[in-house]
Amino acid sequence: MNQLQNFTKGFFKENPILVLVLGTCPTLATTSSALNGMGMGIATTFVLIGSNVVISLLSKVIPDKVRIPAFIVIIASFVTIVDLFMQAYVPSLYEKLGIFIPLIVVNCIVLGRAEAFASKNSVLSSLIDGAGMGLGFTMALGILGAFREIVGSGAVFGYKFIKGDGILVFILAPGAFIALGYLIALINKLKRT
Amino acid sequence: MALSLTLISLIASACLAFVYQITKGPIEASVMNKKISAIKTVIPEFNNNPDAEMFRLPTGEGDSLDIYPAKKDGNLLGFVVNTYSPSGFSGNISLMAGFKTDGTIINIAVLEQKETPGLGTKMTGPEFKDQFNDKNPAEFVLKVKKDGGQVDAITAATISSRAFCDALQRAYKTLFTGKEWNDSAVPPVPGNTSQAEPIKDNN
Repeated sequence: MNQLQNFTKGFFKENPILVLVLGTCPTLATTSSALNGMGMGIATTFVLIGSNVVISLLSKVIPDKVRIPAFIVIIASFVTIVDLFMQAYVPSLYEKLGIFIPLIVVNCIVLGRAEAFASKNSVLSSLIDGAGMGLGFTMALGILGAFREIVGSGAVFGYKFIKGDGILVFILAPGAFIALGYLIALINKLKRT
Repeated sequence: MALSLTLISLIASACLAFVYQITKGPIEASVMNKKISAIKTVIPEFNNNPDAEMFRLPTGEGDSLDIYPAKKDGNLLGFVVNTYSPSGFSGNISLMAGFKTDGTIINIAVLEQKETPGLGTKMTGPEFKDQFNDKNPAEFVLKVKKDGGQVDAITAATISSRAFCDALQRAYKTLFTGKEWNDSAVPPVPGNTSQAEPIKDNN
């Protein structure tokens, strides 16, 4: 597989949200607006790239028996770094995402890529894989967030273009399930044709 | 095996200690900044450092509120109270409420709320919260109309509206019950307020 394919697979063929349907917990919870969704996506991308690179560097050193704990320690460190930096420099976004930033530790996309890809591939491939997967995740979250924001509150990226309220249910939790379901259905339809 | 895991954890914690050191300052600054900018929206004209003159008053419910005196050229403009209500629809609500020395509400800023998006979150908007401006809780009953008060509740968010009133009422009660403030009043030093709040140390 060449590196370009390695990068683009995260967007369409193996998109973590729309095709693999991994990491749905932060997806449903943080996409109440386009900005929140993308903020979450970018934070996850940083963790994915960092953990993929470090894990593929250390894959020869880490004994097989303790690899999962070692991966988790590495991932948790990156998550804490993101958490502290966001708290320091983007406090308003940090406040909105709240508990879901620390919860990136248990996001199965991150551990999944570490186990399935980074521990078996070169550093460069792992870096590109992390970036592709992370940006694919960000894209899916951005689309979902934008859709929910437009339908639910008549705004996009905080810019309001419809007066009054939208269809409130799309801002609430059930709307996240509905929107994600339709988005996956649409992607499946597109893939078949 | 155990050694390599120990090493990884050791390196990871060293990195985290380093990141913690460099982000500590900005995190404190952003928390402070938020507080000061909230005080500014509530009482814009002050030119003292309200944070340095902050004092606490007991609420009478086993808790205390932070009170920031806002002064201009040494004259007391009013107080900004960091008040809260535990009875929000989903979690605590935290407000910054500005009062004149006679108890009239100047303005309110919402610091923290986790209400339902699109319903309870309207408490941060001017349609709801500006109805309290220039009202004195001595004659303006801080209860929603459904409960016999004078506050227009947010449509479909009565619980959030009640919690908002509850927080304001707590601020007013703490600051003005049994106390007289005048424009030159020296706020009680923190040592004095602790007498009103008996400290139980032998339980």
